[in-house]
Amino acid sequence: MCYRYGMNHDAYPDTYIRGILNTVKTIAMVGFSPNTVRPSYFVFKYLTERGFNVIPINPGHAGKEFLGCKCYATLGDVPEPIDMVDIFRAPPFVTPIVEEALKLSPKPQVIWMQLTVRNDEAAALAEAAGLKVVMDRCPKIEYGRLSSEISWMGINSRTLSNKRAQNLGGGFQRMGLNQAGGKKND
Amino acid sequence: MADAERTPGFDTLAIHAGAKPDPTTGARATPIYQTASYVFDDVDHAASLFGLQAFGNIYTRIGNPTCAVLEERVAALEGGTAGLAVASGHAAQVIVMQTLLQPGDEFIASRKLYGGSINQFNHAFKSFGWNVVWADPDDISSFERALSPKTKAIFVESIANPGGTVTDLEPIGAIARKAGVPFIVDNTLATPYLCKPIDFGADVVVHSLTKFLGGHGNSIGGIIIDAGTFNWSRDKKYPMLCEPRPEYAGIVLHETFGNFAFAIACRVLGLRDLGPALSPFNAFLISTGIETLPLRMQRHCDNALAVADFLSTHPAVAWVSYGGLAGDKYHGLAKKYVPKGCGAVMTVGLKGGYDAGVKLVSNVKLFSHLANIGDTKSLIIHPASTTHRQLSDEQKTKAGAGPDVVRLSIGIEDKADIIADLDQGLK
Repeated sequence: MCYRYGMNHDAYPDTYIRGILNTVKTIAMVGFSPNTVRPSYFVFKYLTERGFNVIPINPGHAGKEFLGCKCYATLGDVPEPIDMVDIFRAPPFVTPIVEEALKLSPKPQVIWMQLTVRNDEAAALAEAAGLKVVMDRCPKIEYGRLSSEISWMGINSRTLSNKRAQNLGGGFQRMGLNQAGGKKND
Repeated sequence: MADAERTPGFDTLAIHAGAKPDPTTGARATPIYQTASYVFDDVDHAASLFGLQAFGNIYTRIGNPTCAVLEERVAALEGGTAGLAVASGHAAQVIVMQTLLQPGDEFIASRKLYGGSINQFNHAFKSFGWNVVWADPDDISSFERALSPKTKAIFVESIANPGGTVTDLEPIGAIARKAGVPFIVDNTLATPYLCKPIDFGADVVVHSLTKFLGGHGNSIGGIIIDAGTFNWSRDKKYPMLCEPRPEYAGIVLHETFGNFAFAIACRVLGLRDLGPALSPFNAFLISTGIETLPLRMQRHCDNALAVADFLSTHPAVAWVSYGGLAGDKYHGLAKKYVPKGCGAVMTVGLKGGYDAGVKLVSNVKLFSHLANIGDTKSLIIHPASTTHRQLSDEQKTKAGAGPDVVRLSIGIEDKADIIADLDQGLK
């Protein structure tokens, strides 16, 4: 496959993913579900607990608060700058969401499409506007993988290290993305 | 090596995969977390863990940091997405089948299996309503003929115990794929050093860790590896994975955990509820053993080939079954699936029959007469009077364990000493 812009979306280097998760603070989650056993709620809760400012986007629940985070109907309604848009929608619905994201001012830095969501046309649109794009990945899994938290579940993190993982603070079982003595984007 | 750009080699993974320095103390060797439980940070953290919303440790029956090192290491070596270590190889098989089968379902298994697995499938599993249908790995079409609408899995061994025979994984995997059922491969005798079944179509790999992976005959253990290749939701045949689980307030595990959902299902449904957890101390010993797997396994193979060569021309020996031997029926398959060597286990037919087998196990001085394989020490057993005793004569012969058969597991001692011991024992 060839791409007009940016990344090889079949294989992201860990440095790319770690760089994104180390940079973004405010994440708008499009397709958020308030149902506590749905994957989007899992990711919302997990990222919130890891210190991200996650803003749920769902027109059916606009105005309500979830874990202290106010839900909005659309990206345009969010009254603060958004660093990353995390998309929990099927591929055919992604392009209009990216188009809406690109109209924001300031523009977000990252478009992230969840596990099983891939839309190369929308990705090209975002990359042409200078945004970073991740497709078919889950930020919870990627955070867990790069922080080593996921290794507690016997998951193959595909990472080796001679540095110890760092505790994030706020509890024994919350690890940070960066390793002791390591550089931020190692 | 923080980047994914460089893919580490097998020997590096055997030492490093899963084992970063301990986050709490910096200990470089993997600590033995000999604890039953783990304190929660707060009530909300506890709820997140129990709801599977956070990664972490609750209770050692469900997960343990020492066991997790072992799980990640074997998953990395097999090229899988995740692992689940359990109390024994048999426990691994129970959990895999309990995750896949409902009472009344069927699975197809190769006739050429470890005798203990044949017993487990024929008796214990049938009492759960999981019905085995046997197929012949020497006649691949027998797997296709054994398929029915109730089939939920196909199970084989890569190198089959005890005869050192090699299974033609690819076409059997293709039959499983076509039928929409997972292909399960027991890779105990080969280990991922010799063969990676996932490369040949396996969706799930199981091991007895007791054997070559642990390698020192000191710890019982088993493991389940999820290849991450099977679509559990496609045909809605696997309710543990594709339907809302009442155990977890309606979570659908495949949708939530993607390509490692099978390993999670085995952990949070199977291991949690059935209970055969691995001791962290055993996990420590087995993980340490795996660090030298590449060195040991090559030596096992080299010694075994020398022994097979020696025995194949010995006047007291009628035949040697070892895929590593040129001229063996399975040598072509061995060259394809296990090119570095055919493992350490072989069977030998003695011209003197049952009595000669009993005599040999009594005469040897270096070989230990016991029921195990995959130790640094050379091991010997007469299956007809021990492991395969419960089978009928016909079943014994079909399993490669007739009355004249002796099984050897060749250790990593000096090969001249191993050969000399057999030579004196056969006189």
